[in-house]
Amino acid sequence: MTSILEFDEDVEMFRSVVSRFNADVVAPRVEKMDEEEHIDPSIISALFETGLMAVETPEEYGGAGASFTAAVAIVEELAKCDPSVSVLNDVHNTLVNTCVRKWGSDYIKEKYLPQLSTDKLGAFALSEPSAGSDAFALRTRARKMSDGDFVIEGGKMWITNGAEAEIFVVFANAEPEKGYRGITAFVVEKPWGVKVVKKEKKLGIRASSTAVLAFDEVRVPKQNVLGIYGQGYKIAIECLNEGRIGIAAQMTGLAQGAFDRAVSYVFNDRQQFGKYVGEFQGMQFQIAQIASEIEAARLLLYNAARIKDAGGEFVKEAAMAKLIGSQVAEKTASKAVEWMGGVGFTRDETVEKFYRDAKIGAIYEGTSNIQLQTIARLIQKQYTLR
Amino acid sequence: MPLRLNIVVPVKRVIDFAIKPRINASKNAIETNGVKFSLNPFCEIAVEEAVRLRESSKDLVESITLVSAGSAKAQDTLRAGLALGADKATLIEIPAIDDSKSLELEPLAVAKLLRAFVKKSNANLVIMGKQAIDDDSNQTGQMLAGLLNWSQATNASKVTVDEASGVVTVSREVDGGTETLSAPLPLVITTDLRLNTPRYTKLQDIMKAKKKKTEKVSPESLGVDISSRLEILSLSEPPKRTGGGKVDSVDALIGKLKETGAI
Repeated sequence: MTSILEFDEDVEMFRSVVSRFNADVVAPRVEKMDEEEHIDPSIISALFETGLMAVETPEEYGGAGASFTAAVAIVEELAKCDPSVSVLNDVHNTLVNTCVRKWGSDYIKEKYLPQLSTDKLGAFALSEPSAGSDAFALRTRARKMSDGDFVIEGGKMWITNGAEAEIFVVFANAEPEKGYRGITAFVVEKPWGVKVVKKEKKLGIRASSTAVLAFDEVRVPKQNVLGIYGQGYKIAIECLNEGRIGIAAQMTGLAQGAFDRAVSYVFNDRQQFGKYVGEFQGMQFQIAQIASEIEAARLLLYNAARIKDAGGEFVKEAAMAKLIGSQVAEKTASKAVEWMGGVGFTRDETVEKFYRDAKIGAIYEGTSNIQLQTIARLIQKQYTLR
Repeated sequence: MPLRLNIVVPVKRVIDFAIKPRINASKNAIETNGVKFSLNPFCEIAVEEAVRLRESSKDLVESITLVSAGSAKAQDTLRAGLALGADKATLIEIPAIDDSKSLELEPLAVAKLLRAFVKKSNANLVIMGKQAIDDDSNQTGQMLAGLLNWSQATNASKVTVDEASGVVTVSREVDGGTETLSAPLPLVITTDLRLNTPRYTKLQDIMKAKKKKTEKVSPESLGVDISSRLEILSLSEPPKRTGGGKVDSVDALIGKLKETGAI
């Protein structure tokens, strides 16, 4: 075994599929989707058709039965072309599919995994206006009825895929007097009454829908409780730890995409003072620095993914990967715009989009401050002697 | 007797089409270290055509067998073809040929290997790429047909099989337009770019391809001598493009064209 960036055959073949998918299906639509703040539905159906929406799902439910590392490599590869498409795929695979697969009863798995593999997009509904980093302060209620079914009442905010999703993993509190120990996860189908109240207008990943959802007396059958009643908080924590690595992948792919575009430009397209602008030493030093940081981010990403696939403890590594990944993405995209000069600043070029898209990395699926807190807590535990 | 096709699709592993090839430091071969390899695009079109024939009519196609002559690394290429829908694959393993030496396997040697392989199988149709994008020879298909004494229809842009008569009609793009040929089986068809657009391989099929049957054979077992008859004397890049010039009037343009001897 040499580099940890050496992947097995499956992963490399998947990457080739995505690379081609990017060039043929996504790239021609990126600019329009960003302008219109809307993902082209043909991209979503093409993702499903190619099996990219069921990477880890077992074959018996219509999936590819591949590893977490494979899922994450796909997120990274998609982000090199469009971070919006990447996050749609990431949330569906690493949050929704994973939740259903790990905590779903046989009934839930048999009913929903095939749908999630074929054509129904998923969304993860945890956050609320007053519950972001403090996720367990959520106020959406699940009232238990006499027949054992539940009625969900409340609102969710910042929900990725919210506008296009048909299957939602929803976290609601069934026993608020118990605090977070009343939080229960449910699988909710859109036709039962999930309403998309608003789609946010955003700085970046504009094509990705970020929705405000309303649950107005939404009746959910008791069989749709995901995992154990009252242990939804555990599901949320574990899902988010894994999802972190997915976002690290999105950010690393974004950085690489911006870097590739700008560096190709400075070595092949733009000349000033009689030479290619990439040949000036000042530029070379900046390029080398950024390249090193992207490599570092990638290594953190795949280190975390490998540990997870091997069944080890990965909380600290995942937090580090997301923290550094989002920082490197922002820095790289910023430099990439500069390296391309005036052209980089125009919307005809795609590099300014990477700059806008990068910002969300430090915010969603656990803010950078939360990542720092997680890492610090684990280090303190590691170093405290008493 | 209903028509049944047993198709052999030879495939080649080549440097990926998106990569810019460079000559190695010794100037005797293309640099292959750390370079990405893929299934030759024309070969991919060939696999796709075989799969489409299968989908066009129930029971028409009995088997689609891939074959490749190369190093052990060619197994990746075979797997890509299996993921597209072929049934099984054979690697004719060329030992001690690393990536840089794969270009030394000449079209005639490949054609001889394929002849031996096809004769051992029950194939009545060979669909293969018209050329590989590394050496652009455009010879192997024609040589194979000659060695097998089969009909050939090269540079195909459309293929139609008449199940009742067993006659295959092939349209080819030639310099003057489109030419249509028809031939009975057995037949060698080589594919051109516009024959079809290969489907995206589904991830599920990539995983399933791992379970499909792949075997390895040696050139000796096929009774073929693959030693080179050609020697590459030197390799060089095309001369760098020198700048042109700009003129500001039609007269100036005519003057320049006369100057360079173009008119």
